[in-house]
Amino acid sequence: MIKHLAALLLLSVLGALFASLLMGYTPDPALNPTARYYAERTAPDLGAANLVTAIVISYRGLDTLGEVTVLFLAAAIVGLVLAGSGSRSGSRPGAEPGAEPGGNDQPGAANPGRRGAPVPVGELLTTGSQLLTPMMLLLGVYVFANGHLTPGGGFQGGAILASATLLLLLAEPLTRLSHRLIAGLEALSGLLFVVIALLGLVLAGGFLDNRILPLGTLGNLFSAGAIPLISALIGLKVGAEFSSILASLSEAEES
Amino acid sequence: MPDLTQIALTTGFLLILIGFYGALTKPNLLRIIVAFTLASTGVNIVIVAVGYLRGRTAPILDATFAAGEAAARVIDPLPQALVLTAIVIGLGTTALMLAYAYQLYAKRRTLDIAKFTDLKW
Repeated sequence: MIKHLAALLLLSVLGALFASLLMGYTPDPALNPTARYYAERTAPDLGAANLVTAIVISYRGLDTLGEVTVLFLAAAIVGLVLAGSGSRSGSRPGAEPGAEPGGNDQPGAANPGRRGAPVPVGELLTTGSQLLTPMMLLLGVYVFANGHLTPGGGFQGGAILASATLLLLLAEPLTRLSHRLIAGLEALSGLLFVVIALLGLVLAGGFLDNRILPLGTLGNLFSAGAIPLISALIGLKVGAEFSSILASLSEAEES
Repeated sequence: MPDLTQIALTTGFLLILIGFYGALTKPNLLRIIVAFTLASTGVNIVIVAVGYLRGRTAPILDATFAAGEAAARVIDPLPQALVLTAIVIGLGTTALMLAYAYQLYAKRRTLDIAKFTDLKW
């Protein structure tokens, strides 16, 4: 009870803080200097139509490199944490996902049924995944290839690619994705990302400079220098990382 | 009539509060993880709402206005780039939390956080 009261007290203080922030908030009448710089200089300097992609990939590209590394680290740790769980069949969590909140820890509740036989997936899911998976892959590629023109970019496209993987895993729960393929794809795209970034140091103004390729005309698919290339690499890398997380989680559940 | 920014900010702040409430009071680890994702969604909404300027368009240059007047026509692109990063990192941390919760359940057969007293003092 004391715990609840303390939590409520803390939250009411926080809520009062938020309320004062909300009351005192007035939107800026114009862009702040940083945003103004991005809005004015993106088209002449980088040739990208989508300012958000230009910021993520070029202006703050170093952060993106770090972020992709963080994501890789998360995927690696998920794989590491879940790796040991497959060997001990006795300590496998029960197949019932709707366990009682608050935790039922009586040892007899470990339901032994349905171990080898997974729940059969429906006809709809099987057929739908066969129909939709290629389209989702195509959409993912479209989203990251057009990241410099339309809403989208490497991360969004990569997430769509990974959702195709998720659908595949849902439709066929016993599928084992090739970890070697995923890791190879991820390593290759990460390496190429860094190579392109270093090329910017040699051929253009600095690390991650996108002007190693011609800027083209604003709004064309082949424009904005190396941005579509980097976008595609980020998309592949993020897709591979998310897929590896999904595969790790799925295999932990199955084994 | 509250405008869009006010609505979005209120929603975001409420989501943060709901998320913190769940994380602080619920005993089940899975619920705590869901609460954390709620709170981080709230933070994302607040950040995006702060970058919104009334009457302006999305930060994508196209034929509807000349590239020269972009600074007067688009909203702040920086919060959106930040939130893009935050969403992806949020997914990574959620996956990590789920993996740890899975292993805790596999070892202790419970998800009740009150039962994990190893670090309690």
